[in-house]
Amino acid sequence: MSSVNPGALPQSDAAQPKKRNEWPLWEVFIRGQHGMSHRHVGSLHAPDADMAIRNARDVYTRRNEGVSIWVVEARHIAASSPSDKGPLYEPSESKVYRHPTFYDIPDEAGHM
Amino acid sequence: MTATAAAPDPALFEFCLRMGDNTLVLGHRVSEWCGHAPVIEEDIALANTALDLIGQTQLWLGLAGEVEGAGRSADDLAFLRDAWDFRNLLLVERPNRDFGHTLLRQCLFDAWHLEMLTALCGSSEPRVSEIAQKAVKEVSYHLERSADTVIGLGDGTPESHARMQDALDRLWPYVGEAFLPDAIDTEIAARGIAPDAATLRAGFDARIGAILAEATLSPPDSRFAHQGGKTGVRHTEDLGHMLATMQFLQRAYPGATW
Repeated sequence: MSSVNPGALPQSDAAQPKKRNEWPLWEVFIRGQHGMSHRHVGSLHAPDADMAIRNARDVYTRRNEGVSIWVVEARHIAASSPSDKGPLYEPSESKVYRHPTFYDIPDEAGHM
Repeated sequence: MTATAAAPDPALFEFCLRMGDNTLVLGHRVSEWCGHAPVIEEDIALANTALDLIGQTQLWLGLAGEVEGAGRSADDLAFLRDAWDFRNLLLVERPNRDFGHTLLRQCLFDAWHLEMLTALCGSSEPRVSEIAQKAVKEVSYHLERSADTVIGLGDGTPESHARMQDALDRLWPYVGEAFLPDAIDTEIAARGIAPDAATLRAGFDARIGAILAEATLSPPDSRFAHQGGKTGVRHTEDLGHMLATMQFLQRAYPGATW
């Protein structure tokens, strides 16, 4: 299966001396005040990870949205290919028994 | 102001003006970048810094008005005084020039500001200590960010290094004013409201020395200091131009609100 990364930029590792005049793209994940997991909120440019976190703080947490920030350089994200969506996702469409809709969930169990 | 206002305290009034005018003038200077920064991330970060500083201004000038007891609000003090009544350090009224110059000015101010606010957290005047405790968190972040940028640009390309060194050469003579106490500083320090201005120099030098070393920048070998900002005696001509822009609306349309 092929993977794609539309935001992929040239490798910035030292082994590659290629000069780049644009800061790399970073994907930003924020854990909200009451959220349980970090959620993707958007992306931004920054010269390094420290500045990416600072930029994320300034761009995405101005209104008290978060208590924790993750950033990852976009080129490190592997993504599924849109053209594979048939084999990847369609087989699950006909498997209703995988949804827990045939059980009564007690109220005490809370959100699942 | 009610008749029960505290007895006028000229030294404390002056001290609050100095703190508030620093943050007001620098806040306005930084806001001049809004929509003009080299990248959108920096544009937003600068706007955040400017807003932090304007927020601190509301507290300091609000307290100044309260101490003065003449019924002047923070807005009155910000928008209806002329240049000679401003009590900010000359450093913060220096024009923005390029992005590197702006960030170096920010870093120099932040380093002093952080030392000052840290000390003010233990002020004998509770209203001062309360403002300092709120502001010190914002300013710790300002310094982290400005220091990072100074290091990045100083230790960057030959072009960025040259611009940063030029900015340092231009701004260094404006650093000393903050550490040279006058009669107001001495009285305020004696009352335990603020630290002795000169004692902040060691902490400032240590912080800035480390940042500049990492940025491969060398401060000029001189402690010459332009003075006249915090006393209001001799502001640079740039302050008047800045106030003309900043105060235009209230001057042209007195009392306008929205």
